[in-house]
Amino acid sequence: MPVLSAYFAALHRDLLLVMRRKTEVLTALFFFVIVTTLLPLGIGPEPDLLRKIAPGAMWIAALLATLLGLQRLFAADYADGTLEQMVLSPEPLSVLVAGKITAHWLVCGLPLVLLAPVIGLQFDLPTDAIGILMLTLLIGTPLLSLLGAIGAALTLGARGSALLVSLLVLPLYIPTLIFGAGAVESYIAGLGAMGHFSLLGALLILAAAFAPWATTAALRISLE
Amino acid sequence: MHTPALVSRNLSCIRGKQTLFQGLDLQLGSGQWLYLQGENGAGKTSLLRILAGLTLPADGDVLWQGSPISKQRSQYHQNLLYIGHNAGLKEDLTLTENLQALCRMDGLQIKDADIREALTRMGLAKRQHLPARVLSAGQKRRGLLARALLRPAKLWILDEPFNALDVNAIADVQNLLKAHLTQAGMLVLTSHQTPDLGTDAHGFVLNLSGSH
Repeated sequence: MPVLSAYFAALHRDLLLVMRRKTEVLTALFFFVIVTTLLPLGIGPEPDLLRKIAPGAMWIAALLATLLGLQRLFAADYADGTLEQMVLSPEPLSVLVAGKITAHWLVCGLPLVLLAPVIGLQFDLPTDAIGILMLTLLIGTPLLSLLGAIGAALTLGARGSALLVSLLVLPLYIPTLIFGAGAVESYIAGLGAMGHFSLLGALLILAAAFAPWATTAALRISLE
Repeated sequence: MHTPALVSRNLSCIRGKQTLFQGLDLQLGSGQWLYLQGENGAGKTSLLRILAGLTLPADGDVLWQGSPISKQRSQYHQNLLYIGHNAGLKEDLTLTENLQALCRMDGLQIKDADIREALTRMGLAKRQHLPARVLSAGQKRRGLLARALLRPAKLWILDEPFNALDVNAIADVQNLLKAHLTQAGMLVLTSHQTPDLGTDAHGFVLNLSGSH
């Protein structure tokens, strides 16, 4: 399947680039760790309060950490002309874009999911709530990458695009934030998190189906 | 004698308030070349981008084998090799990795040996494992032109292919272009120096400076 191999080619290339330039990824990860570590220090060692703010705090930190790398998602390729070559590929641009988004999630989203248990312990979250938190992040972070890609593509080549991306994308992130953090809170409150998970899942499916196309359309406009 | 494969009808391009060119009709058949001349800002690169399908013209359309390129993007791009004036290489990757990524994103499976051979032919055998960042501008350009050897494309659109090349490299590239034309390929290029494309191939010179 040439389409699949084009997808993996874009994915592989972006991962290879990340391996050559690790600091950029580590910045986002460090940001996540630092914010979530400073919060308990700043707020004070009161376990009840910490448990209460944990899901929201970790979700906000995850959201901002994903934003950090977003602006570079297409800007680097745009600057050196490789984006042009992708547009000129006989394979559909949306497939290549999907590969790039996957790479962004693997690099900026997945590590946050894996770090969550360690950070969760700092907030004195019970083990099963940590499990739920990891699951919401596992469904939610790809959603952040998919939505963010649309914003990154729309602001490509604009001046002050880093600020514009945040302004454009943060409102779109709000549903994910509410359902992601809400799932953990309602689980801790004993209400069950199924409803939240269904909504997050539905959002993810919708975004996975439409975000690559929307991103492609935005890229074509930006490249004109 | 040639059926024109690439046809443009009534093309015009407007940048801001300035009309760069209008009513431009072009025809290019196999084995023919088109050399665009013009001062800086005359619209050479704009025309190349329109022909490649990267930019939409303000008016008119570009046809490939009889139908508009916007209707058959994938098929047209299969036949097209476009090298813009941006290097189009990832600075952190080696030439081999760059070429591999470009070819695989075009849906081609290329063997490492083929890439090595193409780079050797472009005189870059010793540089194939160096990151593109440490190469000179001319070496990068030659590395990109190695793509032409890996990817069969009927139409080449090259923006300043001789930029930053030394005398020997220019001769090599000109031979490459001549070989492409004798294999019934088509070529559209801009250059600040008049290319010597031999006398066998038919070609046109279009001066954009005078058109507005």
